Amino acid sequence: MHSYRTTNIQKVFTYLGLSGLAVLILAGFTASLLKSAGLFLGLGLISLGVIGYTFSSYSGLPQGIKNNGVWYRSLTSRGIVAWVVGVILTAFYVILYFYPEHLEGLIRLFDPLSEGLSGKKASQWFVYGVLYTLAIVLFGIKFIVKYKHSKYQKYRTYSVIFFQTIFAFLIPEMMARLNGDLPYYDLKSIWPLNYYLFDGYQLDGFLQNGSLGTALLIFGILSTLIITPILTYKFGKRWYCSWVCGCGGLAETAGDPFRQLSDKSLRAWKLERWMIHLILVWVFISTVGVVYSYLLQAPNSYWLGPKTFLLSVSFAFSLVVGLILWKRRDWLAKDAQSSAIAISSVIVLLLGFFFFSESDRVLFIPSYQIRSAYGFFIGSIFSGVIGTGFYPILGNRVWCRFGCPMAAILGIQQKLFSKFRISTNGGQCISCGNCSAYCEMGIDVRAYAQREEPIKRASCVGCGICSAVCPRGVLRLES
Amino acid sequence: MDEKIVIIGNGIAGSTLALQLAEKEDASVTLISDESSYFFSRTALMYVYMGHLTKEQLEPVSRESWEQSPIQRVKARVLSIRPEDKELSFQTSEGDVKQLSYDLLVIATGSKPAFYDWKGQEAEGVLGLYHLSDLEKLEKWAPNASACPEAVVIGGGLIGIELCEMLLSRQIKTTLIIRESFFWSSHLPASDAQFVEKHIQSHHLNLIKEDELLEISTDETGRVSSIQTKKGETISCNLVGITTGVRPNIEFLKTSGLELDRGILVDDYLKTSDPSIYAIGDCAQLRNPLSNRSATEPVWYTGKLMGETLAQTFSGQPVPYNPGIWYNSAKFFDLEYQTYGKVHPKASQPENEQHFHWESDEKAMTFAYDKTSSVFLGINTFGIRLNHRIVSSWIETAITIQEVIDRLEEAHFDPEFSHRYYNQIKHAFVQNH
Repeated sequence: MHSYRTTNIQKVFTYLGLSGLAVLILAGFTASLLKSAGLFLGLGLISLGVIGYTFSSYSGLPQGIKNNGVWYRSLTSRGIVAWVVGVILTAFYVILYFYPEHLEGLIRLFDPLSEGLSGKKASQWFVYGVLYTLAIVLFGIKFIVKYKHSKYQKYRTYSVIFFQTIFAFLIPEMMARLNGDLPYYDLKSIWPLNYYLFDGYQLDGFLQNGSLGTALLIFGILSTLIITPILTYKFGKRWYCSWVCGCGGLAETAGDPFRQLSDKSLRAWKLERWMIHLILVWVFISTVGVVYSYLLQAPNSYWLGPKTFLLSVSFAFSLVVGLILWKRRDWLAKDAQSSAIAISSVIVLLLGFFFFSESDRVLFIPSYQIRSAYGFFIGSIFSGVIGTGFYPILGNRVWCRFGCPMAAILGIQQKLFSKFRISTNGGQCISCGNCSAYCEMGIDVRAYAQREEPIKRASCVGCGICSAVCPRGVLRLES
Repeated sequence: MDEKIVIIGNGIAGSTLALQLAEKEDASVTLISDESSYFFSRTALMYVYMGHLTKEQLEPVSRESWEQSPIQRVKARVLSIRPEDKELSFQTSEGDVKQLSYDLLVIATGSKPAFYDWKGQEAEGVLGLYHLSDLEKLEKWAPNASACPEAVVIGGGLIGIELCEMLLSRQIKTTLIIRESFFWSSHLPASDAQFVEKHIQSHHLNLIKEDELLEISTDETGRVSSIQTKKGETISCNLVGITTGVRPNIEFLKTSGLELDRGILVDDYLKTSDPSIYAIGDCAQLRNPLSNRSATEPVWYTGKLMGETLAQTFSGQPVPYNPGIWYNSAKFFDLEYQTYGKVHPKASQPENEQHFHWESDEKAMTFAYDKTSSVFLGINTFGIRLNHRIVSSWIETAITIQEVIDRLEEAHFDPEFSHRYYNQIKHAFVQNH
């Protein structure tokens, strides 16, 4: 028996945190009895548990990498504890997305908090938002204490905590209080991650709310078309994936203990490229279809007609793809070029279905069905149930790596025109493998480092952990 | 290239060579190892014991790639070679002895821990830290602090300090015994040695200086129970780690007729005294080492470089082995260390070599330069990462210490947002000169 076991103090705090969860669940069944006392007791115990665990684990220890025993602990090496946590998390997501009526008691428990913020009663999404934000804040603190020697790690964690609490949580609640009809809008959630941004009801919400609504809609479009490429050019996709994004925020904080579980095989890399780009095609077609059908319903109400919209999207899309392929024809791999051409042709073909059928159907499937299937399979099952529920089994970035269409776009930008790269330091690499092992995106960093090549991979989210765990100072993130 | 190439040893040198040769279509390459079926990173053994990595993660090349490559891998121990017949004999793990002929033979058998015939060194509980099997022994003898409450490590080199970190990570009380008056002062100037020593002692390592192992005592079961030092101290312990350096692993060549010294003597093209036999990696000893470099250098990157050099020679463009400016790196617990060029310890410091040492709590640097010409000779850096290519180019182009101090920030390699100490260093240098 090895000696990397949980100490008694760590156990006490773990149980305290778990008892907080238990209080929430129990209070959910007996909401009328405990009311807000149960809510604050539960959340308080959870916070005390995580913070206490953090300090009992790291305080008094010298600054440095804290990976002792990672592969010996059940939770972090796919042991029994990992499976139990995985099953519970997955079950929570299934109930949250598909059977929220079972959470009724728990949701009512959050009413006082929700009413205090937005003046509305709590919904299942409010409960989820509170727990999600709390997880990023608490495990963010744990991460900061664990990596207290690294300013890069600390700063980007302050950043994800800030964007989650202010942009994803507080501002939308406040906006709801100020203007009840505005759609819930997390400003940092950019299309295509925010795949429902252009849904009919959202567009109604924006367009019927005067200049503020219109401004928000314009901001949403600019974020995708202008802000994103500029920031990715300057900093790489990390500005979003490991500094701003909420999914990334949870992965980097609560998911940090599981980063070593990512699959490093070539097979996984191949699967990753297929999946993430096909999902990007899916979200693109379904969004165009949804907007097209919105315009079709009242073809003369907006300055943009449905056919003009389709033509301009197809034109702009082909122009961008064509420009990229031509500009990068010298160093883009042959298979990348041919897949790009194939995928783009499919997209233009699908857009042609809309155009010539003069309906919002692709191969007889109405676009709202394409859109709702996307919401079900990708938005709920993939990003929530698998993406987070399977943290302890598949690693913390499964969604970001295999599913996120935003990561796909940012990755294409990073690969094609970003200044971001990871430089390697001459011949200092000893091929130990810590960088590859702790890469949450499954990149075999060592393969590049031992060949003394800089790393420019579309999937790299720039978390900087490879550079932190390297015992020889070989890796440096640069942009 | 239709010659049959046989490589003994699948460490960094042998595997690098084999993989590069295999990129040519018509290569016939056989790679023999009795230690492991797959090439692994020896430098990272510590991370498996400490639970940072799994054993399979030590393998820089995936098992799948090995299966797909044309390299023939043989798991066997080479017993002897007969250059006159171009043949070697080996013993498989099943015990069969077989013969294998070659056109070109490459010996890349690495080194092995140096034991100095102490009484009791064969006892259960005594080990080096070099082979995969040492990891298994360690797991068996020192799984935790209740099975192994106390350990003693002999010899304060880079492997010794790694073994201490490993044992301490499992709460095993560890004593390190070194000959020198400060940790690694055989290689570091006193100021650096003291700086490192301060760091390792903050990790609760019990350090005994200026003493040596005399003998190892065992209990009635034959297991280590204590050691005695030359100064007469007795320390009870359940494990003894011997890390008093390594020596080339060449015993099986005694009868081969090859010219041997400490290692296998090789020329600039890594050829031994037999024209069909080459030696690379730790086991090779250069007849004409570059100035400021040693004839044997048991470090990771020289093995890799020798493998790459020989691959080029075998593909028809012979190149002499040229490792360039000396460099190396290590990590003492949480303290990263890099060195470029030569910064001599006191005992071997040339009269003209002057040092400028700077330190601030967790960071330190020592610059070596020529007293009369001010030419920059080398640097030791602790806790601050520097760019290998840039610092090497400074040494190659012989710029002065003043210029190095002025341009130090160009070699910045620390992560973004890290504190930059360069102005502080410049300030200290100006005050001193």
